[in-house]
Amino acid sequence: MGALFSAPDDHFQDLSEKTGFSPEQIQILHKRFKQLSNDEDSLRRDDFNNITDLACNPIRTQIIEAFFDKRNYRQNAVGSVEEISFEQFVIVMSHFLPVPLHNMTEEQRERMRREKLRFLFNMHDTDNDGTITLEEYKHVVEELLSRSGAIGKETAKGIADAAMLEVASITVGRMNPDDFYEGITFDHFLKILKDIEIETKMHIRFQNNACALC
Amino acid sequence: MGSKMESSLLWLLLFLCIFSTPTDGKPMTILGQPPPANISGTNLTELSIVSLHWDHVTQPYIVALWIFVTGLAKLVFELNHKLTATIPESALLIFIGFVLGGMIWGADKAQTFTLTPVTFFYYLLPQIILDAGYFMPNKLFFGNMGAILTYAILGTVWNAVTVGLSLWGVYLGGIMGDLKINLLEFMLFGSLLSAVDPVAVLAVFEEVHVNEVLFILVFGESLLNDGVTVVLYNVCDAFVTLGADRINAVEIIKGIVSFLVVAFGGALVGVVFAVLLSLLTRCTKNIQIIEPGFIFIVSYLSYLTAEMLSLSSILAITFCGVCCQKYVNANMAESSVTTVRYAMKVFANGSETIIFVFLGISAIDPEIWVWNTAFILLTLVFVLVYRIIGVFALTWILNRFRLIPLEIIDQVVLSYGGLRGAVAYALAFMLDGNKVREKNLMISTTLIVVYFTVVLQGVTMKPLVTWLKVKRTSKTEVSLIEKLQNRAFDHILIAIEDISGQIGHNYMREKWNKFEEKWLRPILMKSSARKKQDQLFNVFHQLNLKDAMSYVTEGERCGSLAFVRSENNVNLDFKKKLASDISDIMPDINSDSSDTGPYTIPMTCIMQDNVPTVCLDVEEDMRGKSMRDTENINTHHVLQMHLYKARKQHRHRYSRKEMGLNKDENEVQEIFQRTMRNRLESFKSTKMGVTQSKKIKPAKKDQIPNGKHKTHSFEDADFSDDNVFSSDFAGGVASGGGGPTRLSIRSGGGIENPAFMPDVDHASPLHTPPWSAVVDDGVAPSQRAQVQLPWSPSNASRLTPLRISTRSNDSFILADRPTAQGEQPPPSQPKSTPK
Repeated sequence: MGALFSAPDDHFQDLSEKTGFSPEQIQILHKRFKQLSNDEDSLRRDDFNNITDLACNPIRTQIIEAFFDKRNYRQNAVGSVEEISFEQFVIVMSHFLPVPLHNMTEEQRERMRREKLRFLFNMHDTDNDGTITLEEYKHVVEELLSRSGAIGKETAKGIADAAMLEVASITVGRMNPDDFYEGITFDHFLKILKDIEIETKMHIRFQNNACALC
Repeated sequence: MGSKMESSLLWLLLFLCIFSTPTDGKPMTILGQPPPANISGTNLTELSIVSLHWDHVTQPYIVALWIFVTGLAKLVFELNHKLTATIPESALLIFIGFVLGGMIWGADKAQTFTLTPVTFFYYLLPQIILDAGYFMPNKLFFGNMGAILTYAILGTVWNAVTVGLSLWGVYLGGIMGDLKINLLEFMLFGSLLSAVDPVAVLAVFEEVHVNEVLFILVFGESLLNDGVTVVLYNVCDAFVTLGADRINAVEIIKGIVSFLVVAFGGALVGVVFAVLLSLLTRCTKNIQIIEPGFIFIVSYLSYLTAEMLSLSSILAITFCGVCCQKYVNANMAESSVTTVRYAMKVFANGSETIIFVFLGISAIDPEIWVWNTAFILLTLVFVLVYRIIGVFALTWILNRFRLIPLEIIDQVVLSYGGLRGAVAYALAFMLDGNKVREKNLMISTTLIVVYFTVVLQGVTMKPLVTWLKVKRTSKTEVSLIEKLQNRAFDHILIAIEDISGQIGHNYMREKWNKFEEKWLRPILMKSSARKKQDQLFNVFHQLNLKDAMSYVTEGERCGSLAFVRSENNVNLDFKKKLASDISDIMPDINSDSSDTGPYTIPMTCIMQDNVPTVCLDVEEDMRGKSMRDTENINTHHVLQMHLYKARKQHRHRYSRKEMGLNKDENEVQEIFQRTMRNRLESFKSTKMGVTQSKKIKPAKKDQIPNGKHKTHSFEDADFSDDNVFSSDFAGGVASGGGGPTRLSIRSGGGIENPAFMPDVDHASPLHTPPWSAVVDDGVAPSQRAQVQLPWSPSNASRLTPLRISTRSNDSFILADRPTAQGEQPPPSQPKSTPK
């Protein structure tokens, strides 16, 4: 880590090539990183929990967890970590870079799509067994609806159930009554979300100039 | 009274005025002819029984007839789908207008019917714009606001200026010959032609189905550029009146200021009226029947108010619709919302039809046609070329800021979608002939441009879009999972923006949502409505409704009269009940043993056996118990199920104030419970994780009589409703030899009075149901029913939670016989479910 920040510019250059952020954007993110971590070299969960704007986000635990999930570091590792370095922070962020759609082959596009969807999938698949089980999904839906007061926990369960059934009927087709739908696999996940153009939606605007931070 | 032979046609459409007063001395003109002599010779002072008052009704009659005729025109070519698939409706309507115009001209030798600006702006246009605003996809609209405004403001100004200047330049070159037009008039002409027309754009793009971003760009532009057009037109008009020498910098600055005032003022008027409307609908609970009327009248008032204040009326009514939709829909009763939706469509579609027909009719008038080839052709070329240049230039600028840039093909469609329409024509018609000497040339040129863009570009739009492989909209069927995912997705984006410290669209939207939730909703929305606001819940609700409907349809196809009879109630009840009961119902969905719901205690008494084998063991033990108990219990059960107060399906009474079908609370409740039970019993639990014992229970309920009535074979038992609808459960049992159904025991139990069992009386062995002959083709009825019944996750899936829940609804019935459960196992109780 020490070496990392002794020559930050070089490092930023590397990161920029690795993630697709522009060096300016990396600068800004680094500033933010320092701000969040109170000038430390690593971020912990608590640091995330202290972000005020995030406090009322219903699925914030899942989102925060995604930052500590090794699967999202593009390294084929599994498991979760306790604290993340700036590099990991940027890599996770890079999932939300806009995709330059023009002059892109169909293949590349599909790859981007899969990558982004994989991120979402991992977020729901908390135990990393390759399927989003009903339990896991129910948890997501409950959290999702937890803030709209009118909908009770039970309704949320009902909605999760219904959604799960929908997935089952879309992906498996007609099921026999005794069949047990294990959960949403990644393939199923791709299939049910095929109409959502994730590659054109899953992005935020990363500022290029520092004044956006103030 | 005169027998007017020459007006026999009108006789057919007679208004009978029995006591009319011919003494009023009014001249009776029928199609311009003098009133015919009173050939019967009676004195005018006498009473006439029937008389014709054409002059009394002329105006409204002609209006009504025109609406009727245009409606018919639409009907005629909608008969041929191939035609409408290739040529857009708007173009066809214009052609029909040509034909009608030709007929009128042939008859009258003059064009008596034209589209006057007053009719157009005050009666036809508002409806279309209101419809557009009311159904505007708000998120998309505001998300692309920047681009839309750029096109609407800069694009329109660009169009106006370039077309005006270029025409003037060419005119100076002398190609057009001798025209009495000066620069200002060219600018005026350019400005009236500058606006892309919302009516034309909607008509063409609705049929093309381009992707939503593209659509909102074209359509949003066409709506919002009105402010610009009106200002440009007014300013140029004023300049023309003032004369070129009196124009100075001050006037021009005034023009720019007036633009800001007109546009923002119009929008503001719209927002104010939207707030009024939302507040109003908060308290219209007691006058539900005229509730929908408020929407139209208040929106129309916003239009007129803006017009009165010389602000942009189109912007006013657009924003009124956009802003009020959410609150109004939440505040009003569901039936009113539906009414508004349909009425809105009827009005908008109707006006659109009339506008296009009249655009066609207006052309058949030799008076307005002044031909100047150079002027007309050049106008066309300039309009097209500058539109393309404008779009590409503006998009180039926009793309530097957009995250997802607009692609080239999008830009092509955008520029090609620059249709001009009736607004331009009406503005041209409004020109003052004294000041603008070449008014007729301008009108005819405008008409040519309109025809060219609507007909030619309209027709070629679809092939172009296909050829360019423009992204189309995908299917629109709502799926819960997608909604959920979208919702999660929004939150993720917001969170990422929060974490990375960026202030972007999502951040702003989130802040707005917070603000809206905290301040606006409590003011503008009923407290009861606020609860139902969650979109996810709505989707869930709608899907449930859809399932129930399709189930009813299926049931009817299978020949169940129970559904035919109570369909109305089913729908009605579903809507009401679902919303209110959903939270009660939900607890049972997946937690077999959770005690959260109010009904769970009796339920768990019966259903605590989670493992089917245990259940069966109990049944084995209990088998010896006396039949009498069972019968009593069963009788009790049947009575519970079917005894209720006198049933009135539909009260035929007339009331202008209300339209309710069946208001008796108990009755509705009762019917609801019964239909729900009947229907939902049949649903196989498709849900994973529900234990077998749960599934089998209802079958057992039906099979209780088995022990006693073994003599009944299932052929003579026919198949009752209950059998049909529980056949998923009981079907296997029945066909397995356990034939007799609850019905047969009912006859055994002496409860035959059809009055008490109206839904099932036809199934008693005495009355052979009409369809049994059809059904009885060697297949056991229940088996057949089982085959026909809709059962697949896609069909019934979402109702599953409800299925379980209805049991909680009538669990008090089950609770009546806690000991009975398992007592009477069907002889061939299936361990696994049929199928």
